[in-house]
Parts: sequence; C-alpha cells; structure tokens
Amino acid sequence: MTNSAPSPLSVSDLTVAYHRKPVVWDIGFDIPQGSLVGIVGPNGAGKSTLLKAVMDLIPRASGRIEVFGLPWKQARHRVGYVPQRESVDWDFPVDALDVVTMGLYRELGWFRPVRRRHRDRAMEALDRVGIADLAGRQISQLSGGQQQRTFLARALVQDADLYLMDEPFAAVDASTERAIVEILRELQRTGRTAAVIHHDLQTVPEYFDYVVLLNMRIVAHGPVAEAFTTENLQKTYGGRLTLLDEVSEAMRRRERSM
Amino acid sequence: MTHSLLSLAAFPNWEELQRVLLLTDYNTRIVIIGTTLLGAAAGMVGSFTLLRKRSLMGDALSHATLPGIALAFILAPTFGLDGKSLGVLLFGATLSGLLGVVVILAIRSQTRLKEDTALGAVLSVFFGAGVALLGVIQKMNQGHAAGLESFILGKTATMSSTDLQLIFVAGAICVGGCILCFKELKLLCFDDVYAGSRGYRVLWIDILLMGLVVIVTIVGLQAVGLILVIALLVIPAAAARFWTSDLRPMFIGAGIIGAVSGYIGAGCSALFPKLPSGAMIVLVSTNLFLISMVFGTRRGILSRARRRQRLNRSIDRQHLLRAIYESLELTQEAALGSVRRSVTLKDLLPQRSWSMQQLHRILRRTQSEELVEWVGSEIRLTRRGIIEARRLTRQHRLWELYLINYADVAPGRVDRDADAIEHVLEPEIVSELEKLLQDEQPDLPASPHDLSDSGVFRALPEGGSPQ
Amino acid sequence: MIQLLAMPGLRLLPADWDWGLDGQIVLAGVLCAVAASLLGNFLVLRRLSMLGDAISHAVLPGLAAAFFLSNSRDSLPMLVGAVIAGVVTALLTEWIRSLGRVEEGASMGVVFTSLFALGLVMIVQAADEVDLHPDCVLYGALENMTMTSVAGFSIPTPVITLGTVLLINLLFVILFFKELKVTSFDPSLATTTGFNASFMHYLLMVLVAVTAVASFETVGNILVVAMFVVPPAAAWLLTDRLWLMILLSAVLAAASAFGGHVAALEVPKWFGYGSTTTTGMMAVVAGLILFLAALFSPSHGILIRLIRRRMLAFSILADDIVALLYRIQERNHETSATFQNLQTILLSDRLSLKCVLYLLIRREQVVPDGQEFRLTDSGTSSAQQLVRSHRLWEQYLASHTAVQPGSLHDKAEKFEHFTTRELRKQLSDATNSPDVDPHGREIPGESVEQDSQTP
Repeated sequence: MTNSAPSPLSVSDLTVAYHRKPVVWDIGFDIPQGSLVGIVGPNGAGKSTLLKAVMDLIPRASGRIEVFGLPWKQARHRVGYVPQRESVDWDFPVDALDVVTMGLYRELGWFRPVRRRHRDRAMEALDRVGIADLAGRQISQLSGGQQQRTFLARALVQDADLYLMDEPFAAVDASTERAIVEILRELQRTGRTAAVIHHDLQTVPEYFDYVVLLNMRIVAHGPVAEAFTTENLQKTYGGRLTLLDEVSEAMRRRERSM
Repeated sequence: MTHSLLSLAAFPNWEELQRVLLLTDYNTRIVIIGTTLLGAAAGMVGSFTLLRKRSLMGDALSHATLPGIALAFILAPTFGLDGKSLGVLLFGATLSGLLGVVVILAIRSQTRLKEDTALGAVLSVFFGAGVALLGVIQKMNQGHAAGLESFILGKTATMSSTDLQLIFVAGAICVGGCILCFKELKLLCFDDVYAGSRGYRVLWIDILLMGLVVIVTIVGLQAVGLILVIALLVIPAAAARFWTSDLRPMFIGAGIIGAVSGYIGAGCSALFPKLPSGAMIVLVSTNLFLISMVFGTRRGILSRARRRQRLNRSIDRQHLLRAIYESLELTQEAALGSVRRSVTLKDLLPQRSWSMQQLHRILRRTQSEELVEWVGSEIRLTRRGIIEARRLTRQHRLWELYLINYADVAPGRVDRDADAIEHVLEPEIVSELEKLLQDEQPDLPASPHDLSDSGVFRALPEGGSPQ
Repeated sequence: MIQLLAMPGLRLLPADWDWGLDGQIVLAGVLCAVAASLLGNFLVLRRLSMLGDAISHAVLPGLAAAFFLSNSRDSLPMLVGAVIAGVVTALLTEWIRSLGRVEEGASMGVVFTSLFALGLVMIVQAADEVDLHPDCVLYGALENMTMTSVAGFSIPTPVITLGTVLLINLLFVILFFKELKVTSFDPSLATTTGFNASFMHYLLMVLVAVTAVASFETVGNILVVAMFVVPPAAAWLLTDRLWLMILLSAVLAAASAFGGHVAALEVPKWFGYGSTTTTGMMAVVAGLILFLAALFSPSHGILIRLIRRRMLAFSILADDIVALLYRIQERNHETSATFQNLQTILLSDRLSLKCVLYLLIRREQVVPDGQEFRLTDSGTSSAQQLVRSHRLWEQYLASHTAVQPGSLHDKAEKFEHFTTRELRKQLSDATNSPDVDPHGREIPGESVEQDSQTP
C-alpha cells in the first residue's frame, strides 16, 4: 500500500476458524486497482472462507480487512458479491428479473418499493449477461449457466467498484464461461477490480492478470507472470503441511471440549 | 389422589408425602409407576430420535393421532366394539399417527415443500380433523365423549391397572427393541449413508425407530397428552447429552432422567392440588434439563467454562516460564541452567502484553505449583521450573523453525504463530518435529528471531487463546 | 352480494344459514386465516414453519400471566404477554442451540413444550378466578365469541382484534415486501448489502406471536398453525411469483375459513350426525386444498407430472414403433410386423402399445395391413429422420468418444428421441456427413418437409 490510491482490497493477518478449525491462517495481501485477480488453491484451502470473511459473513479470529482503505462496513456499497450457486434455494418463488433487482434493494433503502426504472436497470444487466429473454422465468427453470449469469447480473446492477466472485465458472457451459470472461474484461476496462475464485489452472493465465495462491496460508501472490509458476503451484497443491494439519486438528479438539 | 385434591392445605404433611412417594396407596402407585416407566422408555427412544435429528417428527406424529382416536370411538359400535375401550382407541391412534408420518414423507419427496412445512401442515391439519371429529362426538352423545379429550392434555388420574399393564408391555417392547437393535440404530443415527452402503436397509431401521416412537407416543397420550408427549421424547435425551458424549451412557441417562421426571412429576401432581400431571412431568424434566445444561460434566456450560479456564491458566504459566527463560537468555546466563539468576518484574513486564496485576496473579499460581520462587523482590525459576521452561522454549523454537522452513512464514512473525500453537503441541507432534529438524538442530535451538525486539509480542490476545 | 348468496336457488349455503350468526363466525375465521397466512408465506419460505408452531404453543404462559395480572380478557395485556412469550421462545431456542449445542429442532422442542406446560399449570391454577379453560385456548370457540358494542353495533370482540392484526400484518408485508424477499431468499446478500436479516427475523416472530394470541379465542393456538402453514404451502405449489403466492395464500385461507364453516355445518349431516366445530373443519378444508394443489397444480402437481411422464413415455414408444417398422421394411420383412412381434421386440405392455398404435393410426403414420402394420408415406419420412438421428449418433459416438461398440446402439437409442433437425445437422457436420453408420447400415437423408419430431 505504498501507492497513493488505497488498494481495493487489502487483507492483513487474517485468520478464520470454521467450526473452530482454522481454515485460513494468518494471510495478508493487497490487490492492485483495476486488476482481475484469480484466487487459486486446492479443495479445502479456504478460498470461499476468505471471501466470506472479507464480507463479515463469518466471524474472523483475527485480522484486518480494508476495502478502498475503509473498513468493510463503510465500503460495502462499493462491493458486489457473486455467491456460489448452491447458496440459495432455487425453488424460491422469484423470477430472474426479481433476483437481479435485489441488487438494487440497498440503494432503494427501507420501505421504498421497486419502480420501473429499477426494473429497467435490472433488465439492462440481464441483457449484458445475455439472458434478457429469460427475465420472466422462475429461477429453478434456468439452466446452471443461466443461474450463474443471473447472479452475475445481480452483482453488475450494483455498479460496484470491487467484485468478489465465488467460483462463477463452476459447472457452467462453454458459452456462459465465455460470456463471464467477456464481462470480466469489460469490468476491467472500466477500471473495476474483480477477485474471482477459480478452479481451472489452465485458464488462469488467460483470464487473470494477478493471482493469489492459497492453501490455508498464502503461498504466493502477485502478477500472473511472476507468481503463477510451477514451483509455486507445486507448493500450493503439492501435499498439505501435515504437521500444520495435525496441530490444527489438536487445536480443534481442544476447542470442542470447551 | 382424590384425597389430596380435597385437602386444600398448601403443603402435604409427612404422612401424605410418605404415602405418595413410597407408593403405598393403590391409585397413586399405579399412576406413578406408570409415568416412571413411560418416562424411562421415552427417554431411551428419544436419544435415538434426537441424534437422528427427527425430534419434531414425533411432535407431528402425536398430533396426528387425534383423528384416529375420535374415529375409532365413532366407528367402534359399528364393529360391535366398545368405543371407550383403550385398546380400540389406541389402535385408531396408531393408524392415524402412521398415516401422518406417511403423508409427511410423501410431501417431502413428492413436492417442492420442505420438511418443516410438511411437519407443520400434517400436525395442524390432522389435529384439526381430530377437533372436528370431537365436535361431532360431543353433539352426538354428551355422556360418552368426556373421556376422549383427556388424550389431548393427558389425565393420569384415570389410569387403571390394565393401563399400567399396557404401559409395562409397551415400555418393555421399546427398551427391548432399543437394546436388541442398538448397533443398527447407532449406525443409522451416526451415518445413514454408510449404513446403506454396508447393505443395511436404512428405510427399515428408520421404520423401526418410527415404530418405537409411535409406541411411546401412543402410551404417552394418556399420561401426558398428545401435545406434551413430544417433551418426553426430546427433553430427557437432550439433557442426558450434557453428561456424556457416548451413546450408551446417554441412552441409559436419558432413561433415568425420563423416569425421574415421571416419578417426581406424577408425585407432585398427586400431592398438590390443581397441578396437571402431564404438565408437571414436563416441567420436572425441563428443570433436569436446565440443571444438566449448566452442570453437565461433558458438555455443560460450567464444565466447558472450567476447562477453558484451566487451559488459559496453563497457557499463562507457559508464557511466564518462557518469558523468564528468554529474559535470562538475553543476558546469556541461562544456557546451562546452572546459574539460577533471578529476574525483576520490570524485566518481565515488556515481554508480553500483560499488566502488572495479571503478572502478579500468574506468578502467584505458578509459585504455588513450585515452578518459580521469590528471592526478595525478584523471582527465579526452581529446579523443576528450569526443566519445564527449557522444554517449553524448545518446543516453541522447534515449531518456529518448522514454520519458517516448511510454511514460508516470515521470521518476523513466527513467534506469534508459534505462540498460538505451542500450547496444544502433543508429544507425538513434538517428536515428529524433532525428527524433521534433527540434523540441523542442537539440543535447544537458538531463537530464529531477535528476542530483544519486543515488537514481536505486540497485540497478543489475552491468555493467548489458540486461534 | 349477501342476497345473492342467500338465494334459495343457489344452494351454496346450508338451509339454516343465518347471516347474523354464521356471518360473524365466517368473518372472524376469514380475518384470522388471512392474517396468519400473510405471515405464513415467509415462515414457509424461510423453513421456519415449526418455529411458528413452537411460538403459537409457547404464547400460553404469556397469555396466562396476562390473565393473572389483569384479571380480565383485555386484549392489551394479552398482546404484551404474547409478544414477550414469542420473543422469549425465539431467543431461548437460539440460546439453547448455541450455548448448549443442542440441535435446532430439539432445542425448539425443549422450549415450546416447557413453556406450554408452564402455561397449562398457570391456567389450571387460575381456573377458579378467571374464566379461561385450556380447551378454549387449544381449539378456540368461534361459536361463542364475546361481543363488544362499537358505535351502537354489537360486534364480536375477536373481529376487532383480528381486524387490527390483519391490518398490521398487511402493512408489514407491503412495507417490507422487498426486505422480506431478500432476507428470505438470500440472507447473505442481505447481510453484505447491509440489511439486518436478524432484525427482520425477530420482527416476523413478534408478529407471529401477536397473530397467534389474537387467534386463540377464535381458532385456538394449534389450529392457527394450520393457517400459518397450509395455505401458503398450497400457494407455493401453484405459483412461482412471490406476490401472487401471497395473494393466493390469502384467498385460499379465506376459502378455508368460509368452506370450513360450511363444512362444519353440512358434512356431519351426510353421515347422520349433528354439526361440528368450525375451527377443526377450517384446518381440514385447508388441508384438502393443499392436497388438491399437490395433485393438480399445473406446474408442480404430482398427477400432472405423472401424466407428463406418461406422455413422454408414449411419444418415445411411438418413435420406437415407427423406427422398428422402418427397420423391418429395410430388411425386407424378415420378421412380420404383427402386434405380437412388436410387443416382444419393444418389451412394451399391451395397453400402452395398443394406445400408441391407435394414436399413430389416427395420425396416419401407420396403417394396419391384415395382421401386420405398415408405415404410410408420412410415417416413413418421420421414421427416416429417427433412424437418421440414431445412426448419426452412433457414428458420432464411435468417432468422437470412447464408447464401447457394443453399447453404441443403447446410447443412440436414448438420444434419438431428443434430437432436433438442428442437432442432426450439427451431428452430420461433426461426422463429415457419412453415408453409413458404424454397423455399415445406410443413413437415410434429411427430409425436406418440416421436422415433425421435436421432443
């Protein structure tokens, strides 16, 4: 954080214990303004936990989070979140347009009803992700890719400066993947920043320009060209630190007995 | 029973107490033995439903028995049976209770509605049907209907010795069933997917469990009524869980808590006027639950707090010993333990974020464990203290080295990381650490960071809770 | 409208219907049912139905305490008692769950049964002093409502109370519509954007408690659960729009109340008994509506889904018959296309086969020819498309995937029914427009006329 403009997301000393088991351990990084950041790591490395802890959705054991140089609560209107698809009940009686409009609720404030111009903006966002024709569909009748696009549209409509996305590419069709990448690029062109949890190592250099390699702790972070090296990947994926695991297990057992 | 209702004295005298609690009176004996047995059986079956997370299924089931009872009463004469006979009524109750369970399962699997909605819908609609049928009965024959409503809130006073036999048989079936199929039920509650993969018919074990719940519910209808019978299935089991984390003792404990609730609850109801027995049994079990929740030795609030306190104290002690040791090291005098120099409190204070008061408290406790001793206004380690301090410091540094070498943690921050961990280091882990680092390390490795840099101790959580 | 309903020719209402008395009962019932169902939508959607049940049981001690203290049936102390009891239930449940680490369902069970038992003891203790009987609390007394006079009119007290509660609930749902929607659908989004989800939760619980108490005089505090849960559940099966679901649930709730009273008067008479209580019947009618919705809902009904599955099976069978007849013709009638043979080869039951053959004959794709069946021209052309799909799939699977040659046929058999002209074109392009399939059989060409076969 030497540059004058504060980093869109700056994490320091973050430790999170999920069910008393440390999942994210003492990590810290800053991401540069206007970058597309891939957060990469094996299963159970704490990627989703990291995002949720940033947004105060789960309590953190320690650590400081700054979004554009401010604490989360003061800056949350500048952040758009795309959660994992499994996080909601898709049987809920709302259509795609409704879901997207939800992104505007905060802007509307308490009590105020949704008006036409809000719906128009939501429609515009749906159009950007290419499913405007499905606006009236109940969400369970959308395909997986379309559901993901709906979530993306909901984040877009918030017109945020920082986007946090939890595996937007998981189990989506090829055209949705292309559409999401297109939108990420467009966000970057307009000076937005996005941190995206990503699974597919092959596409990392193609999609992102900055990468955070995570496996409970930060293995490396930096521009893709520097940080996304075979050596770092091996460190990230090449076996867990067994003793670290063992000791966190011991800590968890101790905690559970209390 | 009648007697105690008539005597309006606020508190029963000794004779009455004896008569009720020692079961000399015939009526009271039947009632109290009955509710005690019921409580035991319900507690045991309840431990499985609790662990299977099906507690509220019993609630829906018991409400669903009402239309069966009423219908059995209405239809019995058509088949030449006595509508007031308990057997007939309970048969009806069983059928409609089971129908309720089937409907719940059907709603859950066939529609988009979730389990809670299925339970709520079945519970209320069946109960409504029962109320409607009771309304019919009331209009058709004033004299006969009176007995039926006692199923809703329970009425132990009407218990007869045949009822007791019924409870006894049902209780025996429940306890026997639980014991015979103990391991199957255990597997079901613990991991039904695995049970299925091992070739068990999960559905059948589930049906067995539901069958046991039905039996308890049906028998409990009379004693506590259909609204409160669920309490007997849930509360004793939940209470027993605070005392143990093992299924077998929990099973037995739940039985005992249930039995005690039944005994005291029915006893109170017999001793004092205007205390409905069903509600009293539930309230007694609630009290036992609260007691267990606070004092339970395994998961109780107090015991957990005590364990936490003990851990915090041992962490404090470890910090103190290491702080003394390291401040001696700074003056290069501790190395061989032969020099037992004392340190001043002023030396120790900046080592950690502790106040003078906290430091004094920790010192007092550590002194009573004979690890440190006062020399005038200074303190020094005892012989045992030195050995312990060396061990702790060694552990700490091994762990620091591991973090630096294998987890890429910057030397500037390992102290804090190791601090969080070292208190739970078990001997196996330490020996593994040793094996891993043995080549390069002397007996007691030097600290990998600058000890005089008190900055590394910044912002330590009080007591250094291990997170 | 009143006159319309009461017209003798209409026979909607029982003969001895009295608008003065029955009207009051229906009015109170409808108010109660609608008030409860408005909130119930969010209980059902948030999977809190059983917490609604727990709260409506647990308001009993609050109620009893209010009676104790005020020595009357005044609404205000009752309401206060209920709100306290309701919030205490929600808080205690949460407290026991987190502090005692008891599973949520069980902690709910502990709390509400304990509170209910406590309330019961209090009421029985006070029975001599106050006019309150447990039965009344349990299943209400719509038939014996107390009356108040307002502006010269004698109005049942519960109508006033319930009317007020309905108004409050209605305002709550309208004002907080979007907050309720977002906190129910995606609590994490609500939290990240700064809506307080737990504030909405407790507000909802307070209103549930208020509604439960306001209803206790009319339907009783167990049957109000039916009104909380059942109409919204039925509405959810009927629609995919939230506002429509709320509207529908209110309509269904009102219908349950109205139908419940009529049924209470009429249904027992069918069996030669007198009338029964309205409250019970309200729940039964609501249950009946849910049952019908579950079976016949146009989008989610069990029966509708069954029929749709049957239709799909029929259309697949029709495809199979046509394709089989084509293959028989292709092999110069080595086997005869008799009904018996068709049945054996297609492993179909007689009834379905008969139905589908009848349909195909009606559609003029197949004609009976003595004992056998033969394809017409239009039948041949749709058969060609099917066989083309099948063989293109075999070709595609053989060249592009590692499917075992032995299972090519089965896979293609499944896919062919869902293959459109567009997809066939893509397949054909992907396999370089082959003439023969992997088994060496000719692949028929694409038909010129409109694709008749879409899934």
